[in-house]
Amino acid sequence: MSEYVVELKNVTKRFPGVIALKNMSIQIRPGEIHGLIGENGAGKSTLIKVLTGVYIPEEGEIYVSGERKHFRNPVQARAAGIACVYQELNIVPQLPVVDNIFIGRALKKPSGLLDYKTMHEQARKALAELGHEEIDTHIQCGKLGIGLQQMVEIAKAVSLDAKLIIMDEPTSSLGKQEVEQLMKTVRRLKEKGIAILFVSHKLEELFELCERVTVMRDGAHILTDDVANMTRDKLIQAMVGRTLDNLFPKVFGTKGECFLKVEHLKEAGVLHDVSFEAYGGQILGVAGLVGAGRTETMRAIFGADPLDSGKICVKGREVHIRQPKDAIREGIAFLTEDRKGQGLVLSQAVQTNMILASMRLFKNGPFLKHRQIRGNSEERVHALRIKTPTIDEVVAQLSGGNQQKVVIGKWINTEADIYIFDEPTRGIDVGAKIEVYNVMNDLVRQGKCVIMVSSEMPEILAMSDRVLVMRGGRVMAVIDRDSPHFNQEDIMKAAWGGSLQ
Amino acid sequence: MTNAQGKKKTGLRDILMKLGPALALILMFAVFTIVMPGKFLRVGNLMNVLKQASINCMIGAGMLLCLITAGIDLSVGYNCTLACCLIGVLMNAGVTSPFILIPAALLISTFAGFVNGTLLTRLELPHPFVSTLGMKNILWGVSLLITSSTSIGLYNKGIDSTLALGSETLFSFGLPVSFLVVLVVYAIFHVFLNHTALGRQIYCVGGNAEAARLSGIRSKNVLTAVYTISGLMCGIAGVILAGRVASANPNTGGTYDTDAIAACIIGGASFSGGKGTIWGTLIGALLIAMIRNGLNLMGASNDVQYIVIGAVIILSVTIDVLRSKIEAKARKMAAAE
Repeated sequence: MSEYVVELKNVTKRFPGVIALKNMSIQIRPGEIHGLIGENGAGKSTLIKVLTGVYIPEEGEIYVSGERKHFRNPVQARAAGIACVYQELNIVPQLPVVDNIFIGRALKKPSGLLDYKTMHEQARKALAELGHEEIDTHIQCGKLGIGLQQMVEIAKAVSLDAKLIIMDEPTSSLGKQEVEQLMKTVRRLKEKGIAILFVSHKLEELFELCERVTVMRDGAHILTDDVANMTRDKLIQAMVGRTLDNLFPKVFGTKGECFLKVEHLKEAGVLHDVSFEAYGGQILGVAGLVGAGRTETMRAIFGADPLDSGKICVKGREVHIRQPKDAIREGIAFLTEDRKGQGLVLSQAVQTNMILASMRLFKNGPFLKHRQIRGNSEERVHALRIKTPTIDEVVAQLSGGNQQKVVIGKWINTEADIYIFDEPTRGIDVGAKIEVYNVMNDLVRQGKCVIMVSSEMPEILAMSDRVLVMRGGRVMAVIDRDSPHFNQEDIMKAAWGGSLQ
Repeated sequence: MTNAQGKKKTGLRDILMKLGPALALILMFAVFTIVMPGKFLRVGNLMNVLKQASINCMIGAGMLLCLITAGIDLSVGYNCTLACCLIGVLMNAGVTSPFILIPAALLISTFAGFVNGTLLTRLELPHPFVSTLGMKNILWGVSLLITSSTSIGLYNKGIDSTLALGSETLFSFGLPVSFLVVLVVYAIFHVFLNHTALGRQIYCVGGNAEAARLSGIRSKNVLTAVYTISGLMCGIAGVILAGRVASANPNTGGTYDTDAIAACIIGGASFSGGKGTIWGTLIGALLIAMIRNGLNLMGASNDVQYIVIGAVIILSVTIDVLRSKIEAKARKMAAAE
């Protein structure tokens, strides 16, 4: 019997253009909670997919309880006792709990018909082991909250007699109470002798829950150690491979005139009387909880959604924006939160995406000026340090950070004065984040106006000259950087509906 | 060193892949030449193939635009028929000038296309399948109505100058005028798709309509333009049809839609939008016409032709899927070096 329940030895996995795993090894002991961290693109997802048989590695070995395994598909990995609860749950919301737990391996009676009686029994037992006997196995999964749906997934893994359960960012969509529930469940599983590989971006959860931790960077193993020997700084340093003196390179510009003034914006059920001003040479941070109406406000200003009433002035002149085209003409750029769905045409080349919002500037009558477009794209790719083989590469082939930089290039090409960035650093790694901040700094230095919607409090505090706090489609507060209220507590207070003195 | 070699190798393979449909065309050509010595490979017969391909080429060009936007135009066949019937009806009413007949035919087809686009974008019908399928039936009905469901003979009725587009040939070897027009139109399409803003916007709207809209492209106008152009191409095809068969029959055109779709798909377009070239469509249309012609010469009946064409469509899409897989693998190998 091996010391490890699952062991991965010197595994290498390649993809077009990248090596996703380089000589990666990891050992997981029975019944331990093992943390796995790394930046986006460090290879965590690939590692998970190798463990669960989704990807077949080119080199390296996988051992389960000391026995060499060759997973050819997910079914074999599952049979060997490795289960995974993905960030995006694999739940069919229209089906009852019991069917979700037994999906793909329904029990049958000798007659060939389904044996629901036994299935309900076993499903109830699996849920009870997690401390969730209250879940009715007849109820449709879609009617349960996300936290309970996750429990159903875990119950599925338990009923499969999993030896190792991989949890990929399991807390990312959970509320505080649900996170506590999950942690309790994870500890219960540990007591039963099930090992957990806990993949998370949240260091505090790792410190609270895990015994050992493995750090990955660029597809390779960096370190594995007891959590007790680790500090926050040590982990971050291991993840990014350098000491980050300054995660937020804030540069102060000179406050210019009022570039954007909106008054009494109303959209039935979404925005209730939103008014604010944004100035040139400044970053206006927009903070608030999810659903506070921040994105909706920006979409309305940009003409992406229709407004019921309200006034928008650009540089002191009232403008009428009915569609995004009008907003672009008025010098407004809008980097959307969802870059793949709304920012890029993934099937098209980098250079085509670069001019997507500014074709009018690259036209001669109806004809495109190809030489100028190529020159411009080369320049942007160089200036924004976009990693792409050529400007003819299809955008879908680029990494998230580089895709985001293509979107930024697209908007810089419109020569706008007002740049609305909605969650500009979401889902990109630390290095790319800093480059995005530097782009914002450049814009501010040129006297442009930047509006940054963000859910990351450190980002808001570090980069904003002023902060607009929203809640429920209303402006709760506007706080200047030199105000005594410019701190996390007061901003959160406003975002939760409290008043500031 | 190894890198440069690898690049060269994938480059060659890439070119071979892109030429896949053309190779199929050449292969088919060779097979027919060998199987039917002295019958297939005659200038007169080859010119016949070009003549037969012309209508599909025209309709296919419009269909290609629809497919690039991830849409489809099912009304093309009867739109073409309507243009042809209108010529017949106007002729019966005493109109003989080609300067009235041709513009009238183009206008009515273009208008039908415009309505297709408008229904899709302004009424926000869920998919062009709906609006164009409805339009297909409407146009057929209108054709039946205006012709009183009878075929109108067009030959020797004083409108031969209008029919010239579909019937005349040039030079001693008899190059069909219609195919010459196809080449001109295709050259215009090539420039349009690759070198104009609207052309690139069609690809962008097809790839991601919402991203295009949020980048200031008026996706609805682009789509309306696409279906309007598809209508115009049906009008041109209708004029050619009138000349080719020298009659206006409201019941022709039933298979033109599938033929056009097949030409585009064989030529590399995809139902999921965002890709396809005009030259690929040309090769696709020529391939279909050649298969029809070759099977005809071999004495195969209509039914066999349909079966073969159907198999060719399925085969070409299968090859396309394999091609993408091989390309992905080639990239992986390149990365591994």
